[in-house]
Amino acid sequence: MSAPTARAAAERRLYWAFADCWTIVRRDLTHLVKQPANIAWQLGFPIVSVLLFVYVFGSAMDVGGEGSYRDYAMPGMFAMTMAFGFMNTAMLVAVDKDRGVTDRFRSMPMARSAVVSGRGVSDVFGAALDLAVLALIAVVVGWRSDGGPLATLAAFALLLHLRFALIWVGVLLGLLVPNQEAAGGLFALAFPFGMISSVFTPPSMMPDWLGAIAMWNPVSSTANAIRELFGQPGTTGDSWIEQHALLMAVVWPIALTAVFLPLAVRRFQRLSR
Amino acid sequence: MNTPEVAVLAEGLAKRYGDKRALDGFDLAVRRGTVQGLLGPNGAGKTTAVRILATLLRLDGGRAVVAGHDVAREPHAVRRRIGLTGQYAAVDEILTGRQNLEMFGRLFHLDGRRARARAGELLERFGLADAAGKQVRHYSGGMRRRLDLASSVLLAPEVLFLDEPTTGLDPRSRNEVWETVRDLVAGGTTVLLTTQYLDEADQLADRIAVIDHGRTVAEDTPDGLKHGIGGDRVQVVLREAAELPRAAGIVARVAADGAAPDTDVAERRVGVPVTDGVAALTEVARALKDAGIGVADIGLRRPTLDEVFLRLTGHRTAAEETGGAGTGRTYGTEAAA
Repeated sequence: MSAPTARAAAERRLYWAFADCWTIVRRDLTHLVKQPANIAWQLGFPIVSVLLFVYVFGSAMDVGGEGSYRDYAMPGMFAMTMAFGFMNTAMLVAVDKDRGVTDRFRSMPMARSAVVSGRGVSDVFGAALDLAVLALIAVVVGWRSDGGPLATLAAFALLLHLRFALIWVGVLLGLLVPNQEAAGGLFALAFPFGMISSVFTPPSMMPDWLGAIAMWNPVSSTANAIRELFGQPGTTGDSWIEQHALLMAVVWPIALTAVFLPLAVRRFQRLSR
Repeated sequence: MNTPEVAVLAEGLAKRYGDKRALDGFDLAVRRGTVQGLLGPNGAGKTTAVRILATLLRLDGGRAVVAGHDVAREPHAVRRRIGLTGQYAAVDEILTGRQNLEMFGRLFHLDGRRARARAGELLERFGLADAAGKQVRHYSGGMRRRLDLASSVLLAPEVLFLDEPTTGLDPRSRNEVWETVRDLVAGGTTVLLTTQYLDEADQLADRIAVIDHGRTVAEDTPDGLKHGIGGDRVQVVLREAAELPRAAGIVARVAADGAAPDTDVAERRVGVPVTDGVAALTEVARALKDAGIGVADIGLRRPTLDEVFLRLTGHRTAAEETGGAGTGRTYGTEAAA
């Protein structure tokens, strides 16, 4: 094969990697549109939490510092919703694997990367939609960002950044679980991951060992960073990790992606074993 | 051996999972334009073989060529020429039938217009035109399988792999799927079919390979396989058990290779293996009448594929165990004899 044709072949492959990815994304977005109830289910937990923590426990909560508990909890809720998102990814991956759809894709002359990349792109779309709905509800209960428009946008970007990193955790887990029923059990993993963090309470108020885990939880870094960007009361801790929340809200997801993206891709390739 | 007449060739395929040998020197050659049945007990390696040939699994040893391309070296070229319908209808439940076919068409790299046109054609051809706009989760089992088959033949594949395509379907849906498969074969497609229903293999397959413990233990036409375990028998049921010795004498005259007739007093039955079934049957019927022996039933009995299967593998089929649909399936004493 001469050089120009090799290059043309490489270009074709690249073209189809994107085109096939887009076909899969369109499929997933059709799912979103045809099942609006799913969004309600996914947001059910954060919404109930908002109501519980703001109206039921809110008056009894004092996290120190100035500002209301609502303003402390709301950014936490955003971060938690992103953290739980990997369960949706895992569930959808497990359903496709269970039903043989993944095998059909793998038996077709499409770009194999599209199966994974398509999932990733649509999950970011889905997460943006989740965030928009949740932000609307937050505004309804009286929450406002006290940061500038740019800082506010940056905060939402950081949230999607975390969600993007967790896609690969979701793909990996979705491929690892034996079936879709087992994927439902992943909530047992998501719950502590979302909750042992600064989402609802400052880690400084937890027992030392638990507080240390919570502080270093990537969800905490994102929650603390967006509190800073929203100009809202944050954790009062003075540990290194809490002092560098903005930096870590960028670094943590990159690190997670660096570890879990290759693992997910390897797991996908090992379906051939 | 890689002649253009051979659409699927497997030579000494090996696949291990830890200590377990899923495939252990599996051989197969499927002629172009024919239906090859692949039978075997659960865990014999049928699905593993299909998954290797359809490029879903890597092989540990041996060689496989599908539609003229080596599955290990040129999987992409193979994928362009095959279709796969697995044990579950691998279609999207949320999309409509039409959206499914258009999506798979795009993923087969048809452009938008051709994907739409092809989806329309196939919906028509597979009897799904009326349900084209309905979400697949509202489809019946048979409709899902037909949509699944339609998705597999978007590119008019040279080779179609059907891995238990009618498992879990009612008899009517099964017939619909069979009709569809026959149509595809008439159009020149080569089919490799695994099934647990032996009547399905009998109905569809030109040749059948029986696989057990990861290797082929027999390969022939359905008739050839049946013949191989004993061929036809003439069987007579008498009105009076007392006449059995005389009847046995008459029946013995047509026996193949001087085989002795076996009699079952309780059933008032006498039978013998024969070579030319129809001639033997006529002769016995006439002789019994001439001798004035009262006959309750007389017939030519051919071993069923189930008996072949039982003889070759020592297993009954899962379909039989679960009481699955089948026609004229009897486990006579001959099967164990």
